[in-house]
Amino acid sequence: MSRWFSRNLIRIYMVLGFTYLFIPVAYTFAFSFNDAGRSNLVWKGFTLKNWQNPCGAPDICTALGNSLKIGIISTAIATILGTLIAFAIGRYNFKGRSSTNLLIFLPMATPEIVLGASLLTMFLNLGINPGLTTIIIAHVMFCISFVVVTVKARIASLDPRLEQAAMDLYANEFETFRRVTLPLVAPGIAGAALLAFSLSFDDFIITNFNSGTVATFPKFVYTAATRGIPAQANVIGSAMFFIALFVVIAGQLFNRKRRVKI
Amino acid sequence: MAKDASTSAQGDLVLSNLTKSFGDFVAVDDLNLTIPQGKFFALLGPSGCGKTTTLRMIAGLEEPTNGKISIGNTDITYAKPYNRPVNTVFQNYALFPHLTIFENIAFGLRRRGIKDVDAQVKKVLELVELPHLADRKPNQLSGGQQQRIAVARAIVNRPALLLLDEPLGALDLKLRRQMQIELKWIQTEIGITFVHVTHDQEEAMTMADTIAVMNKGKIEQMGTPEELYDSPKSAYVANFLGQSNLIAGEVEGNDGENSIVNIKGNKVSVPKNRINSANKSVLVGVRPEKFRIVASGKNTSGNILNGGKVSDVSYTGVSTQYQVEMPWGQELMVFEQNDDNEPMLRKGELVTLSWEPVFTFALDGSENVRAGA
Ligand SMILES: Nc1ncnc2c1ncn2[C@@H]1O[C@H](COP(=O)(O)OP(=O)(O)OP(=O)(O)O)[C@@H](O)[C@H]1O
Ligand SMILES: [Mg+2]
Repeated sequence: MSRWFSRNLIRIYMVLGFTYLFIPVAYTFAFSFNDAGRSNLVWKGFTLKNWQNPCGAPDICTALGNSLKIGIISTAIATILGTLIAFAIGRYNFKGRSSTNLLIFLPMATPEIVLGASLLTMFLNLGINPGLTTIIIAHVMFCISFVVVTVKARIASLDPRLEQAAMDLYANEFETFRRVTLPLVAPGIAGAALLAFSLSFDDFIITNFNSGTVATFPKFVYTAATRGIPAQANVIGSAMFFIALFVVIAGQLFNRKRRVKI
Repeated sequence: MAKDASTSAQGDLVLSNLTKSFGDFVAVDDLNLTIPQGKFFALLGPSGCGKTTTLRMIAGLEEPTNGKISIGNTDITYAKPYNRPVNTVFQNYALFPHLTIFENIAFGLRRRGIKDVDAQVKKVLELVELPHLADRKPNQLSGGQQQRIAVARAIVNRPALLLLDEPLGALDLKLRRQMQIELKWIQTEIGITFVHVTHDQEEAMTMADTIAVMNKGKIEQMGTPEELYDSPKSAYVANFLGQSNLIAGEVEGNDGENSIVNIKGNKVSVPKNRINSANKSVLVGVRPEKFRIVASGKNTSGNILNGGKVSDVSYTGVSTQYQVEMPWGQELMVFEQNDDNEPMLRKGELVTLSWEPVFTFALDGSENVRAGA
């Protein structure tokens, strides 16, 4: 008995760990099929109508659309700027490089609530009305740090001799970057973009300060919570989860296929 | 793709007063070298002596502090790496991990906009005997295979000059020997100048037409393997290339082609053209395998040193290595081929050493006997 236990300890631990991680997800998923009225708190019976009509709840899809738009735009900007910064810090020695390195960490270390409040103060002082633009500016700001850190790690692990070999083989600076550096750093950039998108899509605190009347998905859910969250929110939440899962698995499979192909 | 004069330069590689400093540290010190076109040239030296730095300057990956690099009549000192008719085989191969073997080899051809990429890549893959690996990625190859692909990727471009930075360093001994023969064969086959960096003296000796022995950023001596081995010009070269017994003596007179040197009362002959010393006091050099060793009192000929005592014997199969203590306290190394029926001499036995005068060289007496050992 005890030998069985010690031999399977790691498995038991794993099952418990995953249960802990996935119960909320499973709960969200299950309640997306709940035939709820206004409040999705008690199980009232199985239905597919939430999935057939995810925009059924008032304003939910407007909020979702805003979140997607903000997410895509801020991810694009943050990824491009962050990648450039990462190359600058990772590749070149310039005055103020180490302080830049440190400053990049600051937004990650500062409490979001403080960031959100100060950003709002700043926008108001500059006379900018909170709205879509201010949300995007705020999201780009906090996403950049994560992009820089992720891409920089990838650049650091890149063997400089590969680029030297490319130059040795008649590739000029631009061709070297395009044919060797970029393809090798690309997985890092893709990872950074995914991270930036999920951070942006998910953000509530900073967004709430700087969004004015614009509704985002997290804001919608938060507001709805006082009245009762519609089951459609569970549908969208579950869908996001499965899309993310699909992207990760597809990425893994793609990588493995690239590696195994003989 | 840039076309300029340096891309198509041909001829001997000439390094003039080439110097590279990193801050106060001089890594390559006023190097002057001519490497003839089409030759297999080895740059030999201990770790940290500046071999890689020299190679990187020739490749254009490092800018010289001073001096000039030219191929034929074309000055390439400051040309970009991609504008030089020079390709490098890096020590860790530096194959592009995201490209197939085929694309790795095609890389240089494509950058130069060459038309029949397919045919050329296939041909060079045949040359290195790995045509079946074209579609693999570098990490699916063994070390030896990667090494060959790295060579293929460079020579497919038909550079005027191929630089190899310890390309066999990561391979085990057996594969190393095999690759040495293969590289030498490839070089003869395609007739490109090879500059091969190594700190393995045996490797340099077996492969190169010409060897330059480098020490602390300078060339100690340059010549064919035979020249360096039979007539080293410094204790450093004598000890770095194989082993040497260096025995202090005084030049006393002449005897035709030979000089007579007195070693603690023993008169020995040294060919005059092997004496690299302006001084009367010299170090007489004899390679361990050139010595004959016989029991004291037995007949022998040539140069003779009496009164030795065997202080150590080790049997290695092909040969027996003796350590012989001379009356003046110096220990000499003797390698005796096990190809006769002479009984092995025992520790403590008194012996006489002898050797043919043609196998002797002499260095300046002020040289450090231990240099390069
Ligand atoms: N970028 C650099 N900055 C400072 N010193 C350097 C640099 N590159 C090389 N050196 C120094 O120059 C000297 C020569 O280095 P190099 O790499 O040419 O040696 P090597 O002969 O190739 O040695 P090994 O056989 O170990 O590869 C070394 O002492 C090294 O520390
Ligand atoms: Mg080196």
